Amino acid sequence: MKQFISRLLFLAIITTLPVNAARAQRPAAPETLIRNATVLTVTHGTLQNTDVLMRNGKIAAIGKNLNASANARVIDGTGKYVMPGIIDCHSHSMLDTINEGTLAVTSMVRTEDVLNPTDVDLYRELAGGVTTLNLLHGSANPIGGLNTVVKIKYGRPAGEFLFPGAMPGIKFALGENVKRSSQPNQPGVTRRYPNTRMGVEEVIRDAFTRARDYKRTWDEYREAAKKDKNLIPPRRDLQLEPLVEILEGKRYVHAHCYIASEILMLINLADEFGFKIKTFQHVLEGYKVAKEIAAHGAGASIFADSWAYKIEAYDAIPYNAAIMTRAGVVVSMNSDSDERARRLNIEAAKAMHWGDLTEEQALKLVTLNPAIQLGIQDRVGSIDVGKDADLAIWNGHPFSVYSRVDTTLIDGEVFFDREKDLARRPELAKERAALEQAEPNRPRTQGQSPPTSRRRPSGHEDDDIEIEKP
Amino acid sequence: MIRTLLALIICATPLFAQQIGNPTAQDGVIPPRGFFAIRNAKIVTVSGPDIENGTIVIRDGKIEAVGANVSVPAGAQTIDGSGLSVYPGMIDAGTNMGLVEVPQGASGTVDLSEVGDLNPNAKAIIAVNPHSAHIAVTRVEGITNTLTAPTGGLISGQATLINLLGTSPKEMAVVPQLALVINYPRIGFGGGGFGGFQQQAPQSLAETLTANERQIDQIRKLLRDAEAYGRAQDAYAKDKSLPRPDRNVVLEPLVPYVRGEQPVIFRADREAEIRGALRFADEMKLKPIILGGNDAAKVATLLKEKNVPVILTGIFSLPAREDDAYDALYETAAKLQQAGVRYCISTGDAGAEVRNLAQYAGMAAAFGLSRADAVKAVTLYPAQILNVADRLGSIETGKMANLVITDGDLLEIRTRIRYLLIDGRPVVLSSRHTELNDAFKNRK
Repeated sequence: MKQFISRLLFLAIITTLPVNAARAQRPAAPETLIRNATVLTVTHGTLQNTDVLMRNGKIAAIGKNLNASANARVIDGTGKYVMPGIIDCHSHSMLDTINEGTLAVTSMVRTEDVLNPTDVDLYRELAGGVTTLNLLHGSANPIGGLNTVVKIKYGRPAGEFLFPGAMPGIKFALGENVKRSSQPNQPGVTRRYPNTRMGVEEVIRDAFTRARDYKRTWDEYREAAKKDKNLIPPRRDLQLEPLVEILEGKRYVHAHCYIASEILMLINLADEFGFKIKTFQHVLEGYKVAKEIAAHGAGASIFADSWAYKIEAYDAIPYNAAIMTRAGVVVSMNSDSDERARRLNIEAAKAMHWGDLTEEQALKLVTLNPAIQLGIQDRVGSIDVGKDADLAIWNGHPFSVYSRVDTTLIDGEVFFDREKDLARRPELAKERAALEQAEPNRPRTQGQSPPTSRRRPSGHEDDDIEIEKP
Repeated sequence: MIRTLLALIICATPLFAQQIGNPTAQDGVIPPRGFFAIRNAKIVTVSGPDIENGTIVIRDGKIEAVGANVSVPAGAQTIDGSGLSVYPGMIDAGTNMGLVEVPQGASGTVDLSEVGDLNPNAKAIIAVNPHSAHIAVTRVEGITNTLTAPTGGLISGQATLINLLGTSPKEMAVVPQLALVINYPRIGFGGGGFGGFQQQAPQSLAETLTANERQIDQIRKLLRDAEAYGRAQDAYAKDKSLPRPDRNVVLEPLVPYVRGEQPVIFRADREAEIRGALRFADEMKLKPIILGGNDAAKVATLLKEKNVPVILTGIFSLPAREDDAYDALYETAAKLQQAGVRYCISTGDAGAEVRNLAQYAGMAAAFGLSRADAVKAVTLYPAQILNVADRLGSIETGKMANLVITDGDLLEIRTRIRYLLIDGRPVVLSSRHTELNDAFKNRK
């Protein structure tokens, strides 16, 4: 009985434990020195034959002929290129579910509650040099759920993925997805409001009107409570709390959008309510209203060249990054796809091919710029002393189609190593063969059909409830 | 005066473009074939060694001469290729180019899949839209040809090989009906697994296998009918005293395929389906090509033995199984090359992403394929697999002048295309995307 109670207690504790409290104390990463590499710093140019020293998970020194302690791990960087770990500002990796699509405003739901740290695509992304992800709710609602910024610490519990200090954020969405354009009309089933871009504006206006009142109620309560300790606080509203944070500048808005008119709509609405859009996501027609986006101070997180997959994507052009960058918008290149995330280096290089961005401008699209968009630019996004040791080491220039990643480090620890990956393969093949021979795994000749894969399609992912599209 | 000067400067800058006018489809006329000599260029012939500093003469749509010591004939318009490289145009052998403009929310622009399971008579060349924005967007990246295939049912229809230039399907067609396309039935998927074929999934494994057999049998039966139909028509042609067999628009187009005269493309990605397709092709004496081929490396020995080529479309797909190596699909091309299997690299895309073909080949080269083979995988190899290597896929005398002139390595993303010739016709490097860029880039 005693055992039962203690077990119950244990269960109660672990199930109520917030994920971040689960973070274990781990020994600091070993001191590591990358010797004699080409270093793409992003903030201060490309350095030839340069060493990078990492200590306690941070970049400790950058320079020639650096000294490391005797027991430091040394990586020969000869002929290799080192860049900051890639940051993907629009991902749905490791989310067990993406869309709470039943309501038009779902600011009460959190992606942090559905993290799956064993999603194998995380490893595949590491193998593409990606270290940080902005995990966004889907785009089924004008105001969607809360985001989670993570470092891809594959192999660790979910709580250790969380990026400490990243600005909290939320997903908004405009256009076809929130209009439920691809949902069939079903007889007897009422369509969810809104059904037009007019209704989308109204939903967001209504929510912020309520949030403003809610904030006032709390402000008044707090003021009055200073004099009267016995006042009963107002009832908490989990839907409106994040919106109040937005009004107070404590939560970033990442707004999925496509066409020029809806971009302007949200800028005007945000200006009217006195908050900022941190990033417009996808924003395929951003090039048509680049100066308005820049004037509002919003960033843009886009695809390099996806277009025509639906009507609101038909005017998308691959010059979008260049036009917005020149207008003064902070632009990033994202994946919105576990597949595309593996080659964001090439997606960034496309901005040199289409639109003539410089190499440094193009590099920023997947490093410093997304860091700025997530409020983590003091921690990651460039190779500077004092920043987190999140690095990708390539066997050639990352903007070459012929290059691949050899090593990916996060906080100075190796999370992907191609040599080790290759070395493990024979052992894994053996293990697989043994498992296939195991009695419960033999091919069946009767009984149920094999379960179909629960994998999401590899295209744009955040769109819809049944089928995920961007 | 200033205005005239300005106009002169503007006209002079895009040199080639000005010389050849604006041959987009807008005025309904395709540009005439030119008489050109590209000089002082690096020529990547693909079929032979590179020529570091050579000349190519182009006349009447064909490559008239190529070499290091070719003289420029009188009357030829010269193109200075100093610092530039000439490649054969890239070919994507696994697309639906021109059959769909916007897949979602504009079903009126989608002509991919016919109703029903057996549609050998659905001919892509009938529906390919020469005025699709996808075509110019694709060709300005150096892709001059696509195999455009329908997708639906079990027998999807017939694929066409087109030049990405022309104002009518006829002007575009290189081979109007090149191959029959079959979705090899996928076990446990209820249907072909591509396009519009959807059925209630069977409940048990036995039912699943039976359903799969039934689908294969549907295809088998139609092909057998076509064989019989062909024999009957032949017999009647020789002996008019026989009863006249009716003509049949479904069976008639199948005859060259069931006789092994033209290739049959089987869409198959998984090992079981690839092996199944090979068995079926053997049984029916077809001339198979595998399209998809994600698991092709696992079937390499058999593919080599049967000399069956693969159009690889999955390089940028996620590996299907959690325990697959992260680079399983990146390195499939290298494995096939090593095993001596004939293959080519394709985007497998409907249209919008076909322009990224070079990056698919580049990724294969990052994972084991030689750079020269990666270029072949999007030029000569698809031409050979599609049986048009006499016309396309390399820079050789007598071949169609589908040429891309670049300022660097064909597959590198930072490389720019400087000139483009299709069928010896100079193509202006504009598209819906350059036009929208021009319209908005200076908005202040």
